Amino acid sequence: MSLSSQDIDRLAQLSRLQFGPPAAERLLGQLNGFFEIVEQMRAVDTSGVVPMAHPVDAMQGLTLAIADADEYGMTLRLREDTVSETNQREANQRSAPAVERGLFLVPKVIE
Amino acid sequence: MSELHNKSVADLAAMLKNKEVSAVEVATRFLARMGGNPHNAFLDINSEVTLAQAQASDEKIAKGTAGPLEGVPIAHKDIFVTKDFATTAGSKILKDYRSPFDATVVSKLREAGMVTLGKLNCDEFAMGSANENSAYGAVTNPWDTTRIPGGSSGGSSAAVAARLTPAATGTDTGGSIRQPAAFCGITGIKPTYGRASRYGMVAFASSLDQAGPMARSAEDCALLLSAMCGPDLDRDSTSLNVPQTEGEKKFGFSHLLRIDHGNKPLAAAGRDGGPLKIGYPREWLGGGSQVEFDSNAPTRRSEGTDIEVQRRIEEALAHYKSLGAELVEVSLPQAQLSIPVYYIVCAAEASSNLSRFDGVKFGHRAKEFSDLADMYQRTRSEGFGDEVKRRIMIGSYVLSHGYYDAYYLQAQKIRRMIAQDFQQAFAQCDVIAGPVAPTTAWKLGDKADDPVANYLADIFTLPASLAGLPCMSIPVGLGDMGMPVGMQLIGNYLQEAQLLNVAHRFQQFTEFHLVKPEGV
Repeated sequence: MSLSSQDIDRLAQLSRLQFGPPAAERLLGQLNGFFEIVEQMRAVDTSGVVPMAHPVDAMQGLTLAIADADEYGMTLRLREDTVSETNQREANQRSAPAVERGLFLVPKVIE
Repeated sequence: MSELHNKSVADLAAMLKNKEVSAVEVATRFLARMGGNPHNAFLDINSEVTLAQAQASDEKIAKGTAGPLEGVPIAHKDIFVTKDFATTAGSKILKDYRSPFDATVVSKLREAGMVTLGKLNCDEFAMGSANENSAYGAVTNPWDTTRIPGGSSGGSSAAVAARLTPAATGTDTGGSIRQPAAFCGITGIKPTYGRASRYGMVAFASSLDQAGPMARSAEDCALLLSAMCGPDLDRDSTSLNVPQTEGEKKFGFSHLLRIDHGNKPLAAAGRDGGPLKIGYPREWLGGGSQVEFDSNAPTRRSEGTDIEVQRRIEEALAHYKSLGAELVEVSLPQAQLSIPVYYIVCAAEASSNLSRFDGVKFGHRAKEFSDLADMYQRTRSEGFGDEVKRRIMIGSYVLSHGYYDAYYLQAQKIRRMIAQDFQQAFAQCDVIAGPVAPTTAWKLGDKADDPVANYLADIFTLPASLAGLPCMSIPVGLGDMGMPVGMQLIGNYLQEAQLLNVAHRFQQFTEFHLVKPEGV
């Protein structure tokens, strides 16, 4: 299968990107070139294989006993839900394009 | 003093500790070499900050409170955020951006005593294999300035090769430490995913991104890696908290390098106490390969690997045998699928990570726009370069309704099969060896308009990245046109100390890592 110029328009919209007609056409060719090499992947029989979202998952039980996995950070964890950062609004807003009275400015959204 | 820039990290640390030279003298020497920004390697230099850090290091040395690498200079890839230097990630969208905090890797290296020389050029958001995707211009290769230095850590590899810094940080998502290290004739290691904190590393593909050091020897990389790594549990949910071995507690990842094993140092370095077993994947053998295995009957396959690259790898393997190692044939049957799998996974993660660049909280904002949605679109279209846009578009596609299962999920399933292939291979060997790249560094502009050609050149580095394994590149001589060739070494999870030991033993008995570009 290959992408059409309508697909490029839709993906640009999803990606919040804009392309002029020559750029969109070049991109269409490049993406179709890429999806050609993707085709070999689609034919692989992966029935029964659990998707691997991150390598920490693959390490579980391989290098350590599974019982140790939690302790060693081999499973993804959440930190305690406590305040750990102090307020640094000024420092954090120093690189913002438009700020007023400690607020980020954006164009009017609601009329 | 004129030879100060040729000293290793280990030598400089010892000289500084013994007060043979001051941190300010060392920093001054390197700042002078960086003058005029050779190879366009640096994106930000601030000699005032550098000299103040050096001054502070000298005071610590005088007081006897010095860290293990006190006063030794380092430069950081511009993917790491820094308080005292601008951070752009090689992108126009972050032009002049100042982070309110330092990345964990940056603060850990500073705590170890290292002095920051500046920020190094790289491909935009680390997306590229030639450093030609930087919004601030390409980096040139010190071995031949008409050629690329590799990427995405191209500023790092060029700066270390040109002796503008004794060491640099890099990040490796699909080969971005190993490939530029290979192309510039230096040594670099990507540790096990989760060893180094990703806090403060501008995110590209979070399940793959990993920091590592680039320097001129495995010995130096071991010192640097020890200082960079460690649990960062409250700030990075994928940070590992693995207990250190007794040796690691004392000497970090250098502990195996310190033991003298005579002139057959690998004869008893295997995990069973026998010879170190080096596995060579049969799928990576080039046409006309002369590799002689100690076991199994090799199946020869022809690939697009340069004959000169193949020869240097075979010579290095032969040398390994003379050091007492045994060569075994292994197989990574799904590895050739790494290119589509990697580029789907990384694009999906990139499209999600880069959604934060909207012109509101930091970075570039378009000057003219009609409404909020238009502001987002114009800001991103102006701020991102072509390769970044391509990957965001691919990511949006493979994550979208109706395509998610066929592309993204299928890629994740094959990713697990690739990781399992490695475990089967490691049942037969201690480390895996192979090329880093099918060729040496190509000419600037040669592949600039052909993204797929760039992707295909990553064939040897992507499998270990997808599996999250520690892997490195060491120089093994020169190939076509006198350009450096790198050999890749891959270890099993958490085996960095052994991997560095295997690299170090080779460097103890060879001089490839000491060869410099002409005029340096």
